[in-house]
Amino acid sequence: MSSTAVGHAPEAHATTTGISHNKMLMWTFLASDCMFFGSLIWVYTAYRGRSTQGPYPQEILNIPYTSVSAAVLLLSSLAMVLALHGIQHGNMRRFRVWLGATAALGALFLGGQYFEFTEFYRHGLSLQQNLFGTTFFVLTGFHGTHVGIGIIWLVTLILLSLFGRLSPANAERVEVAGLYWHFVDIVWIVIFTLVYLIPY
Amino acid sequence: MEHAPQALERPHPGPLTYVKVAVILAIVTVIEVATYYLVNYLHGTIVPILLVLSAAKFLLVVGFYMHLKFDAPLLRGIFGWGLTVAIGITLAMLALYQL
Repeated sequence: MSSTAVGHAPEAHATTTGISHNKMLMWTFLASDCMFFGSLIWVYTAYRGRSTQGPYPQEILNIPYTSVSAAVLLLSSLAMVLALHGIQHGNMRRFRVWLGATAALGALFLGGQYFEFTEFYRHGLSLQQNLFGTTFFVLTGFHGTHVGIGIIWLVTLILLSLFGRLSPANAERVEVAGLYWHFVDIVWIVIFTLVYLIPY
Repeated sequence: MEHAPQALERPHPGPLTYVKVAVILAIVTVIEVATYYLVNYLHGTIVPILLVLSAAKFLLVVGFYMHLKFDAPLLRGIFGWGLTVAIGITLAMLALYQL
C-alpha cells in the first residue's frame, strides 16, 4: 500500500517522531479528554443510587430507545471510517456521501438525546431535582456537546471539499476529525453501559 | 549521520474489515441489551459481563476505526497514558467513596 493510502504523505512534514504534529496533538487531546470524562463518570458512579427523591433512573430510563441511539452512533463510526477510506483513495464523491451520512447519524443521535432530555424533564427530572438528575445531565450533556462540535466539524469538512478547499492531499485533516468522532463513540459505549445497562 | 525517524505505522485495513468490525459491534450491543432483560437470571455476574463487553467494544473501535492497532506505538503510549490515569482516578475515587 502506498503511503498516500494511509493519508500522510502529501501533508507530511519532517518531525522528530516521524508522526505528524496534527495527529499527535489530537491523540494528546483525546488522552486529556479521557481524564475529563473519567472525572464525570466517577462522579456519576459515586452518586449512583443515592438520590433521596424521585424520579429515579429505573422509573424513567428507556433502554430500547437508548439502545437504538447507541446503534446509531456506532453506525456513524462505520460511516466515518468509510469516508476516510474514500478520501485517502481519491474518491471524493464517496468521501462526501459517507461524511454526510456520519453527520446525519450524529444529528439523529443528538435529536434523540434532545427528545430524551425533554421527556425526562416532563417527568420531573431536572438538573436540580436530585443527585441522579445532576450527574446524569452533566455527564450526557457534555457528551452531547462533544457530538454537536463533531457535527459542525464534519459539515465544515464537507463544505470545504465542495468549495475545492479539501482534496485527497489533505486526507490527514479528515483522519484527525475522525479520531475525534470515534472518541465520542467510545465515550458513549462506556456511558451506555454504566448509566443505562448496569441495574440500579 | 542522522536518520529520519520511523513512525512504524502499518497499512490501515480496508472497508471489508470495517464492516466486519461493525457487525461484531452490533452483535455485542445486542448481547449487552439482552443482559438487561436477563437480569433475574444473571444475578451477580451481570456487572462483570457488561464491563467486559463494553471493554471489547471500546478496544475494537480504538484499534480498528481509530487505527491505534496499526499506527505508531508512541500514539498508543499517549492515549494509554491518558486512559490509565482516567481509570486510576476513577478506581481511587470509588475506593475513597467505599463503593
